[in-house]
Amino acid sequence: MIRLFARHRILLPVLSLAVLLAATFYLQPRAMSYFGVNLLFNLAVPIALATVAQMMIIMVNDIDLSLGAFVSLAACVTATLLHDAPLLGALVLLGLIVAYAGLGALIHAFELPAIVVTLGMSFVWSGIAVMVLPSPGGAAPEWIRAVMTVKPPLVPMAVVAAVLIATVTHFLIIRSGIGTVLRGVGGNATSIGRAGWSLIRLKALAYALAGLFGVLSGMTLVGLATAADANIALRYTLLSIAGVILGGGEFVGGRVSAVGAVIGALTLALAASFLSFMRLSPDWQIGAQGAILILVLTARLIFTRRDKEQG
Amino acid sequence: MMPVIKNLLSRPWIWSWLAAAAAFMLVMLLTQGRGASELAYAALSFGAFAAIVGLGQMLVITLGPGNVDLSIPATMTLAATLALKAMGSEPGTAALGLAVAVGVGIAAGAANFALIYLLRLPPIIATLAASLVYQSIAIWSNRGLRIKPPAELADFATGRTFSVPNVALVGIVLSIGVWVLLERAIFGRWLLAAGQNLRAARLAGIPVELVRAITYVAVAVFASVAGYLLASFSGGAALNMGQEYLLTSIAVVVIGGTSIAGGMSNVPGIWGASLFMFLVVSMLNSYGFGAGVRMMLTGVIIIGIVVAASTRRTRA
Repeated sequence: MIRLFARHRILLPVLSLAVLLAATFYLQPRAMSYFGVNLLFNLAVPIALATVAQMMIIMVNDIDLSLGAFVSLAACVTATLLHDAPLLGALVLLGLIVAYAGLGALIHAFELPAIVVTLGMSFVWSGIAVMVLPSPGGAAPEWIRAVMTVKPPLVPMAVVAAVLIATVTHFLIIRSGIGTVLRGVGGNATSIGRAGWSLIRLKALAYALAGLFGVLSGMTLVGLATAADANIALRYTLLSIAGVILGGGEFVGGRVSAVGAVIGALTLALAASFLSFMRLSPDWQIGAQGAILILVLTARLIFTRRDKEQG
Repeated sequence: MMPVIKNLLSRPWIWSWLAAAAAFMLVMLLTQGRGASELAYAALSFGAFAAIVGLGQMLVITLGPGNVDLSIPATMTLAATLALKAMGSEPGTAALGLAVAVGVGIAAGAANFALIYLLRLPPIIATLAASLVYQSIAIWSNRGLRIKPPAELADFATGRTFSVPNVALVGIVLSIGVWVLLERAIFGRWLLAAGQNLRAARLAGIPVELVRAITYVAVAVFASVAGYLLASFSGGAALNMGQEYLLTSIAVVVIGGTSIAGGMSNVPGIWGASLFMFLVVSMLNSYGFGAGVRMMLTGVIIIGIVVAASTRRTRA
């Protein structure tokens, strides 16, 4: 049993989500419906995209403390420029992705600590977001709104979106050739360099992918919230890091799981609903989320330690 | 003369002081020299809080890659809330409040380290998860309360001695303590050794886990003291009072010339960077930039300094 968990790292995140989902349905049986499930996981879509973005950075042994500010900025641009002048808006969002790639190149070229550079960038993104949208408002472009409120038959949009995100990133990062090389940068950058790859380009690519998923996260967030504000997604920075780790990722070594990251994000989103169904005083909800995080990581520790003992 | 300058320029802390001085001069250029002492006074007051939390964060970052305390804001808020509650605005309770704050710091630091050591969690995740719990306790105990600090404590926190803000004096005393600890005490050697190579330090017989435990407790105590002083300074604890200090604490450590890779500390740089962080905002303010531009330029300047520091490092 324990060996099974140790060998298949994805099992624990899946089990955590299943247990939490079962507990939620037990507490609130009415949530077990098309509408209920959609409501439970609706806000998980932008969180899942942000978590995948963070995963791209953690994959190359860096960490992004500016992601929440970046998603907020993408949301502000979506709710203003993309709505009013679609072409200009699209160009600006593209520019943001290019800026992320440049950031990756800068961090690699000067051997800068990513934690510090992204910390500084969080000021930059927030500052630009305030300039783009000084007070909460804006409007979601019609087509994004339509995509986010679409009602597919049988399975709610949120679940379809989560499966889609997980599948696409799984093929991109785990199955494809370039994905394997990117994970190799996290595993052993020197050997990837010796094998003839340009490390600076790979770093830039990883960051560009993070920028792409960050922009998508901001766009879907606006689609759900119908408006934006410069602080709308600041908590995504910590949520996304927690999601990657919950999903079985490691901070170093390029050991990440795309499917796990999406499941981790779903677990975090569900934890909030679960706690409100428990009628826990709002005072303790944040703390209980922390406790759930510690609990799941403790469970993982038990399995990974057995794994090492058994060699 | 030249060797002196060269020697000075080779010190990692000089750059943060030069940057702070440049920001100060730029404000003075605009006001044509008016308000110099007021600006210096404000910088020392507000810089003191950043310097105190920065000292703690510096010790943790010195422990090596991956070590950072993200629970500083929550610890500050919790310590301030519980301390003010214990004092209840009664006169003569300042010492009690300080004891409560330090107690909260020790408890939070011990809890953080327990998560890191017993559960083998990466410090980033451990302190992040723990900070959510501290935040909850602070929200729960702060509900609907607005307790003023005792009058004599508020007077002390906002007052001055020999025209230096009292909070800055507290910060300087703590800094000297940390400097002596790092440069002259065996503990400092152990800390630096553990930060440079944990495995080698352990093989050399250094009690590395004890060093790590003390360091994580120390950062929480520094955060608690800063929270206690900040609440007394601003007339009460607020739930978001610690918020800005997460970024600030890490930024002052890096701008101050401490290596993010660990194993190298720099106390004077913390002060230069803390003053700089305040002065750069005042500079952008006095030039009439809007909030957005101000934040953006702050970020660009921080990254600029980090890039400049890195090119200097590779040349040397």
